[in-house]
Amino acid sequence: MGSILLLVILIVIAVWVVSAYNGLISLKNQTVNAWKQIDVQLKRRHDLIPNLVNTVKGSMEFEKDTLQAVVDARSKAMASGGGGVKETAAAEGMLSGALGKLFVVMERYPDLKSSQNVRDLQEELSSTENKIAFARQLYNDVATGYNTKQQQFPTNLVAGLAKAEIAELWEIEDKAEREVPAVDLSLKKPQG
Amino acid sequence: MTAGINLFEQQARNRRLTVAWLVLFILFFAWLGFGGDLALYLAAASRTEGQVAYRFPWIGLVVTTIAAITAWVSWRKGPQQVLWSTGARELATPQTLEEKQLVDVVEEMAIAAGLPKPKVYVIDDEDPNAFATGRDASTACIAVTTGLLAVVNREELQAVIAHEMGHVRNLDVRLMTLIASLVGVIVVLSNGMGRMLRGGGWLRGGKGKASGPLLAAAAVVFVLWLITLILAPFISRIMAMAVSRDREYLADATGAELTRNPGALASALEKIETHEAPTTHIKEGAAHLCIADPLGRDVNLKEGRLADLLATHPPMAMRITRLKGMAFQQLKAAGKQPTA
Repeated sequence: MGSILLLVILIVIAVWVVSAYNGLISLKNQTVNAWKQIDVQLKRRHDLIPNLVNTVKGSMEFEKDTLQAVVDARSKAMASGGGGVKETAAAEGMLSGALGKLFVVMERYPDLKSSQNVRDLQEELSSTENKIAFARQLYNDVATGYNTKQQQFPTNLVAGLAKAEIAELWEIEDKAEREVPAVDLSLKKPQG
Repeated sequence: MTAGINLFEQQARNRRLTVAWLVLFILFFAWLGFGGDLALYLAAASRTEGQVAYRFPWIGLVVTTIAAITAWVSWRKGPQQVLWSTGARELATPQTLEEKQLVDVVEEMAIAAGLPKPKVYVIDDEDPNAFATGRDASTACIAVTTGLLAVVNREELQAVIAHEMGHVRNLDVRLMTLIASLVGVIVVLSNGMGRMLRGGGWLRGGKGKASGPLLAAAAVVFVLWLITLILAPFISRIMAMAVSRDREYLADATGAELTRNPGALASALEKIETHEAPTTHIKEGAAHLCIADPLGRDVNLKEGRLADLLATHPPMAMRITRLKGMAFQQLKAAGKQPTA
């Protein structure tokens, strides 16, 4: 009788270990995948920027500094690509800030704004900005879920077995980036 | 993360409801089919004592077969049919900046929800509205009217698309497609059988003298069967409406969770309400899927018993108030003084 009870308890524990382990692995993969989604969008942004710079260069002779800031930030961001979450976040944050400034400056050039090509590029870039932001939001949510799970009792007992490590969140550090001016690209005048 | 818990609860609830609806409909079809057989059997037994002429449940088998085939076909083709009935065209290669913006916004929301990008459709209709359909996230389609594109700005469009993505992620689209196909089958069957009953005298006739209790039982079963047959389309429609109404609040909340911007959805809903134009494209079959009731029925403006029974959407004012509440909470949590 005693041995049967022991066996049942052992089986229950084994089942629990397996399911907790699998749960952690699945969360870990989700986190990795969410990070890859950010990466895709970052690459897209890096590819788009030379286009934008070339298109606006001619009309914006006087804004060399702003343009140069974008180009520099882009190369720094690309160089930080292989690094950790912190470096990537910092470099990409700089790039977001530089781009935001460029968009604001571009508002002062009516002929630029009315060019179909520039408007298309601007929509594409600001959409990519949004996609980065949303991919980051998803990553942070998924990573938080993963972190919580591996720290909580009793899942933390199998965290070592699943080689679970705390995933770094993508924090927005400086205030300037948090307040990137919103670029309203809608064709309509805001109503109300 | 209360929103997250809500989401999984809602998904689980939708899965349970999907199963419940399937069971309910199977029982219903069984009654529709074999109930008729039972009535015939009892009637036959009442006439010929000892030797029963009616043994094989024809109606039941025919009904089951037809129901299964029709339900399967409309489950597979349902989303396309809905889109087709509204005259939606797919936006595969966006031309204008407006169309590009729409496709971009859908992509953004798909990323935020961590789902594959749904297909994007546009309906040439003045009335600002939008809906989502499909069987799951990979077959989902989101359709918006040109009227919507004309009145909302980018942020508000994003909020509306986020609401629709909410329907996709919460598996509302699956449940709604399933219910629509089952309701369709019931309507078809009950119409068809009603016609058969009127046309054929196959209930009458038969030899031998009818005897008391069995004939009475046959009559009772037959009357019950006839009543369900007549009421089935109405009841199933009312049930479908109740299911859709519940889901709007939650899709609003999910949408706000995706954009982290409940205020934008509130102002989008306000614009949709004030710019209401008579819709020419969205018919009753797609009405319950839309973000706002396209038919502008008064019953959707009220809360209460009757409205609870008939409305497909919760009152717009309630939805806007709830979203504004969320926006206020967000501002408070951010430590800012709420303005305006």
